[in-house]
Amino acid sequence: MSFLRNSVFALAAFAATPTLADLTLYSGRGETLVAPIIDAFTAQTGIRVNVRYAGTAELAVLLQEEGDASPADLYWAQDAAALGAVVDLFAPLPEELVANVPAAYRDTENRWVATSGRGRVLAYSTERVDAAELPASIFDLTDPKWKGRIALPATNGSFLAHVTAMRVVHGEDATREWLDGIAANEPVAVRNNTAAIQAIGDGEADISVTNNYYLMRFVQRDAEFPVTQTLFATEGDIGNLLLVAGMGVLNSSTRQQEAQAFIEFLLSPAAQQFFTGEVSEFPIIPGTIVTRQDINLDDVLRVAPEVDLNTIGDLEGTLEMVREAGLL
Amino acid sequence: MSLSTTITTPGLWRMPRARVIFSALGLMIGGLMVLPLIWLVMRAAQADMAQVIDIFTRPRTLQLLVNTGLLVICTLALATVMALPLAWLVSRTDLPGRRLINILAVIPLAVPGYVMAYALIGLSGNFGFMNQVFGVTIPRLQGLTGATLALSLYTFPYIYLNLRAAFAGLDQSLEEAARALGATPREVFFRVTLPHLMPALMAGWLVVGLYVIGDFGAVALMRYEVFSYAIYLQYSAMFDRVYAAWLALMLIAIALSVVWWESRLREGAHYARTGSGTGTGRRRLPLPLLGQVTGWAFTGLVVLASVGLPIAVLSFWMVRLDDLPAVLPALLRAFSQSLSVAVPSALMAAAMALPVAVLAVRYPSPLSTFINRLAFIGYAVPALAFALAFVFFSLNAARFLYQTQILLVTVYALSFLALALGPIRSALYQARPSVEEAARALGHGPFSVFARVTLPTIRPGVIAGMVLVFVIAMKELPIAFLLAPTGFRPLSITMFSRTSEGMLMEAAPYAAAIMAFSALFVGVILRHDKKGE
Repeated sequence: MSFLRNSVFALAAFAATPTLADLTLYSGRGETLVAPIIDAFTAQTGIRVNVRYAGTAELAVLLQEEGDASPADLYWAQDAAALGAVVDLFAPLPEELVANVPAAYRDTENRWVATSGRGRVLAYSTERVDAAELPASIFDLTDPKWKGRIALPATNGSFLAHVTAMRVVHGEDATREWLDGIAANEPVAVRNNTAAIQAIGDGEADISVTNNYYLMRFVQRDAEFPVTQTLFATEGDIGNLLLVAGMGVLNSSTRQQEAQAFIEFLLSPAAQQFFTGEVSEFPIIPGTIVTRQDINLDDVLRVAPEVDLNTIGDLEGTLEMVREAGLL
Repeated sequence: MSLSTTITTPGLWRMPRARVIFSALGLMIGGLMVLPLIWLVMRAAQADMAQVIDIFTRPRTLQLLVNTGLLVICTLALATVMALPLAWLVSRTDLPGRRLINILAVIPLAVPGYVMAYALIGLSGNFGFMNQVFGVTIPRLQGLTGATLALSLYTFPYIYLNLRAAFAGLDQSLEEAARALGATPREVFFRVTLPHLMPALMAGWLVVGLYVIGDFGAVALMRYEVFSYAIYLQYSAMFDRVYAAWLALMLIAIALSVVWWESRLREGAHYARTGSGTGTGRRRLPLPLLGQVTGWAFTGLVVLASVGLPIAVLSFWMVRLDDLPAVLPALLRAFSQSLSVAVPSALMAAAMALPVAVLAVRYPSPLSTFINRLAFIGYAVPALAFALAFVFFSLNAARFLYQTQILLVTVYALSFLALALGPIRSALYQARPSVEEAARALGHGPFSVFARVTLPTIRPGVIAGMVLVFVIAMKELPIAFLLAPTGFRPLSITMFSRTSEGMLMEAAPYAAAIMAFSALFVGVILRHDKKGE
């Protein structure tokens, strides 16, 4: 009995260790994607990181609610819209830290910086969708022929950023009309991009707009996986948006130096290599060698619309609009 | 104390000191239950009138109400259809193997709703159990059907246990009288037996109904939009949390009205014999061979669906997991994190339950009844709404508690207080006050008596209460979801996140750990059950 009691206490003490961490990171990026790189940072610097994993938008809401009292030092978002929504809470980063990052991939005042890039792509079932009938533009997804066939992760940060960009480029009315059209097509509600791809593989849905790097993990496990992905055929279509994941240091953080060290690490060649090689994202630092990708950055850049990432910060307005459409 | 103070301040000072202290403790615990709800109301009150009208008239709100109602009705119906025949077979027939059925009918409690949902989802799809094993691809279960199945397969034992007790207490001479007066067996069942089972059925329905209203994991995985799921969605995805606060208040109102409705229906009903004479002993209906086969076939079907299915699906995904040793450290970490909250929660719940139970048993009064009612609030208020109240409370009034383990433990203790209260109160009723009085007469003070006489006597009850809270806290999901300290990834959250991301294989070891652990819970119930026989 006392052995049992002692082991319970030992385990409880073991479990309490995260409170001893040096940095608190709110990560809107999934654990399976980023945990290895965080571990690598700790191994290299000895700085321990305590991570709160949740949805990107959810954490942006949480940071707003917490304000100055937030326990977070760093916020890692899946997209620029969420970063824009909490940009006032960030402390500007030193210029030398982000000098290597092209200006398009950081805030005008360096309050956040991109850590990796990703293309929005069209994933579809190889069994139930003929490549010839694919929508040429994201606006064609409102066609009734897609009724009940779209997998939609409405709470997902990248989706919300995408809608925000659509509002900036095409205006409120066109975006509202598109959302209503998607809602009328009764999409299959899924939690995130992985679940969207899984839903297509399982036959629940046939098509979905996701980020380019999620499919890779399924294909690596099973070469016969019945899902593939492509870009929208229309050049400059908002569907082919190029987005970034990015990070900022909270103003309220008392550990600015350690937090900046983390960002420095993420922008290092080794980390950039990890994002492109292991996660199949696009690098942010020019000159990174790109491996293992089914859709390459040059193709994306050719068909991607021009959108200033600094202009897509109205996450709140987007959430309101998505809710009004009945998708949230 | 001088004579004059006794005269000038009667009442309070004449009460035994222990009673005053226990009452104060009880009121403090009751306050902890109610206080945070004030912040929920305050957040909701930030809405102006137009906004409130908009919230109530939104088609979405009505849809949530309809969905929640449908889910409760369907789950209760399906669970009763499973529980009633089993209870009848075990209590009223001579079916061979009744004892085994009695155990089999309780085991499903080891499979929490969200694990059951996982099993049902794991059946379907291209890579699912059915296609890989039998070559049949079935569509993913979801919506009302999926949620009803997941919840009723898990909760029907609560109805079964209540019904079995009612069958045991039923006076069979009533049925005989009805038969002698010319009623057919069918009429006897519907006009005599069933009405007498109603109180038990309703008690079971109350437990299951409250569970369904408060469930988050199963409905979220089944993508069925009911209140708790919508509250989470609005809380997590919207900057404006007023709607979430209103939805939480509506959900609380629904839960409380269910409790009220159940207690009203029980009032004024009479089920005991009033005339002279004695009831007959229990007689069992001899089943013909066909009846026995049918009885076991039914039992087999229920057991296969409720226990066989999750075990089969889980084993299927576990086998697929290529590198089990590699996930063990993460699994152990999640397990120890669950422990690090469940152990203190159990201790705290027992500590809170003690004064409340002592008040109820030793010092019955309107005040102690009031305190005991307050103690049930945490149980009746749906978990997600309760947790949301504590989020608002800690953010606005007690920042130092925000996102801390202490807050999570406290909310668990409050939420499961009623579970610890039951066994402790029963034990106190059985402990004879005369022993305590003797100790007082021998010169021990009230606290010395409590520590040296009462506590050792009721120890089994206290332990039973702690074990109940402990195992429930080990698999708790919605409260952990809202109040988890950063870095806190217990079994339940890890398993839920993996499943909702479609990573069924990666979720399997966590689901297995939860199931294995919940089996303990069933063990406790079965042991308790045996004692009751």
